[in-house]
Parts: sequence; structure tokens; C-alpha cells
Amino acid sequence: MNLGPLWLSVQLAAITMLLLLVICTPLSWWLARTASRMKPAAQAIVALPIVLPPTVMGFYLLILLGPSGAIGAWWVRLTGDALTFTFGGLVIASCLYSLPFAVQPLMNAFESVDKRNLEAAWTLGATRRDAFFSVALPQSTRGYFAAAVLSFAHTLGEFGVVLMVGGNIPGETRVISIAIYDQVESLNYAAAHQLSGVLLVLAFVMLLAMFVMNRRWQRQ
Amino acid sequence: MLFLSVSSLAHADTLLIAVASNFRAPADELVQEFAQRTGHDVRISSASTGKLYAQITNGAPYDVFLAADSEHPRLLEDAGLGVSGTRVSYALGALVLWSRHSDFVNGGCREALDNLGDRHLAIANPDIAPYGAAARQFLIRAGLWTEVNRRLVYGESIAQALHFVATGNAQLGVIARSQVLDARLPAGTCTWPVPAELHDPIEQQAVVLQRAAGNAAAAAFIDYLAGAAAADIVRRFGYGAPE
Repeated sequence: MNLGPLWLSVQLAAITMLLLLVICTPLSWWLARTASRMKPAAQAIVALPIVLPPTVMGFYLLILLGPSGAIGAWWVRLTGDALTFTFGGLVIASCLYSLPFAVQPLMNAFESVDKRNLEAAWTLGATRRDAFFSVALPQSTRGYFAAAVLSFAHTLGEFGVVLMVGGNIPGETRVISIAIYDQVESLNYAAAHQLSGVLLVLAFVMLLAMFVMNRRWQRQ
Repeated sequence: MLFLSVSSLAHADTLLIAVASNFRAPADELVQEFAQRTGHDVRISSASTGKLYAQITNGAPYDVFLAADSEHPRLLEDAGLGVSGTRVSYALGALVLWSRHSDFVNGGCREALDNLGDRHLAIANPDIAPYGAAARQFLIRAGLWTEVNRRLVYGESIAQALHFVATGNAQLGVIARSQVLDARLPAGTCTWPVPAELHDPIEQQAVVLQRAAGNAAAAAFIDYLAGAAAADIVRRFGYGAPE
């Protein structure tokens, strides 16, 4: 069994997860706290990847990330290389694709942080940043755990977007879902079974870990 | 009344044919002409040859299969899912190099292939698409494979390979001649026909499927496909017509 595509997927999922945890912290915090009239619109935009077919995202990304696209052209000037058909391009695509799966749990966690605790910290002279790190963050462990598991697992299962912008390059963009698709299309059902089985077990273990931890936290 | 309408339709059958997606446009026209001649109602379902094959082996209700190669119809015939003796070649595929990139194709597409640099060359995935396999043979026989290997991007079908070039993401592509005749395609900057001797023939074959064994309409459609009228249409769409 060729495990290269699995390893590539795990790397993609891990990098995407870490980036999303960083990017989504301020975004989710703002969404959880804001009274702005723009909040519903912002929430709708964040949730778009859940309802849009991957073909729509893949199509737009192919146009935007390509050498003549808005983001792609800028990236070419910066680095000399385009974003489509590269691992870096897949990271950007995955961050967009898995965004709601990181934002939602973080937002829920931040919403349940008791405002009085924050206010107490402010009264004691803590800056807003200090208050976030010493009060809100420790209370949001569950949210971070869920965001990490869901964004990692969702990226691991990504297919349509990668199919459209990846170019199926071994070691660069041929992730496990694409490798499985290739094996099925070329009638290598045995290899497809092996890779699918690995992914199935992996997905189950990750979700199981999340629900086991959830139950522990609920009992506390 | 009901009796009358049923009897008047007694000789007009409905056929469901599975067509490889690269052949969708000519198939639409072939089916229309066939319907005018015979009164049979033909419906088309199209997907990649591999997907249609998987559907057929899992009981999809198709009467005739028009594949993009000869391999899959032969496999179906061997497995008893295709009616033996009904297999015909209906089109020969041809490859072209194509680009719409402006700055590096002044000397034409063939020269551009030698000067690929860090640009991308799009082909269909050789392991799953017949046109991809032929593209790989061409690159190997032209002695270019090791050189361009690193710069290859793979479309899951010949359609996606074209799509990569048409959107400017790949600067050059090995695609089907039939595709560059499509009027919806943006203007290219160069086209180079790949000599037929540089790859094995891309022989597209059709076969009657088991559920339509003895179905006169299916047999008529296969006869029509192998005939001169169909060959005219096939050629007009950029394919070769078998002898």
C-alpha cells in the first residue's frame, strides 16, 4: 500500500488546523462578542463553505489562485510561482473549506465565557488582551479541542476542491481522497479498499476521541 | 384511444445510451439524426468511461455503451455484460498540443514543449483516461517524458486537462483534437497536431449491453454508428472515422 498520499493529507490537515486555530481565534471572538449589525452577514459568509458545493469553491479558487487570477498573480510577483497545482495552494483552499468547522466551536466556547469574569479582570487593570488570555482562553479548551479535531478531520476528507485546483501531482497535491478516486477509476478496487479502510478507521478514531472528551467534560 | 396510441408506437423504442463524456457533443447530433431516420427515442447519459463502466458492472440500465477506448467494451464483452459480436469502432481519437499563452509559444506549440521551463503541461491522467495514456505514449516516444515529467499536471479527464489550459493555470496541454474545434473555447495561440504514429490508436468502441440483447433498436443504432452518415458527423467533430 502506497501511504504517500495519506501522509500528504495528514500534513495538509495538520497545517490547515494550526493556521485555522490562529486565524479563527480573533474572528470567532469578534463574532461571539459583537453587537454589530454586520454580524449576521459575517456569520453567513463564514458558513458558506458548508452549503456551497466543492465545485463552486474549486471553480472560483482555480480562477483566483491561477497565474492570472487576483491572488495568484500577486503570489507570482511575490514568489515567482503560481498557487494552483501546489501544496501551498491546497493549504489556502483547505483553510477556506474548513473555516466554519473551526469558527463554530470557538464561537460557541467564547459565547459561554462569563462576561462578569472578563469585567472583573478589566476592573483589576488587565488589558483586553490579558483578559482574553488569562480568563477566556482557559475556559475555552473544549471549543479549541473540537475546532482542532473537526478542522483536521474535515480537511483530511477534502476531495472536490483539491480535484479542481490540485492537478493530481504525486507528493505535492495527490492527497488520499484523490489517490482513492484514481484507484477506483482504474479498477484497482483492492488498493481503493485499503486506502478507504485506513481513512475510515482514522476518521472514526478522531470523532470518537472528540465525543469521549466531550462526555468527560460534561461530567465534570 | 389508448390502444391506438400504443400500437402506433409499437416500433418506436426508447434507448438509453451511455456515452464517454468526450464524445457527448457528436453523440447528441448522432442521436438526433438517428431519431429522425428511425423514430426511436434515444436518451444519453454521459460520464467518464471508467465511471460508466463501473455503473454498468453494477447494473445500470443502459442499452448501448459508447466508450472512449476499446478496452472497457472488450472487458464488458468478456464478462458477458456486453452482447458478443456487437462491438464496433465508431471513432478514432487524435491528440493536439494546445496553448493560449502568449509569450512563449511564438515558435509554435511543439517548440514550446521543448522550452517548458517551470511552466505546467496538462494531460489527462494516463492511469484512468484513454487520452491521457496516449499523451504519455507520445511524450515517451518523443523522448520528452523524463524532461517534462516534473511539470505535468493531471486532469481526471481530457476535459479537465483542457480546462486547466483554458483557464491559464497550465500553459500548455496535450488534449483531443475534437476539443479545439469547440466554438466555445477561447482563442488559442498555437495548435500542433500530434502525429498519429507517436501513440497507439485511440479507438473508441461501442457495444450493445446485455439488457438490450435482441433489441432491434439497439442493433439499428450500432449499425447506424458504423455507417457512412455517422462517419460524416464523427469527422466533423474532429475525430477520425474507422475505415
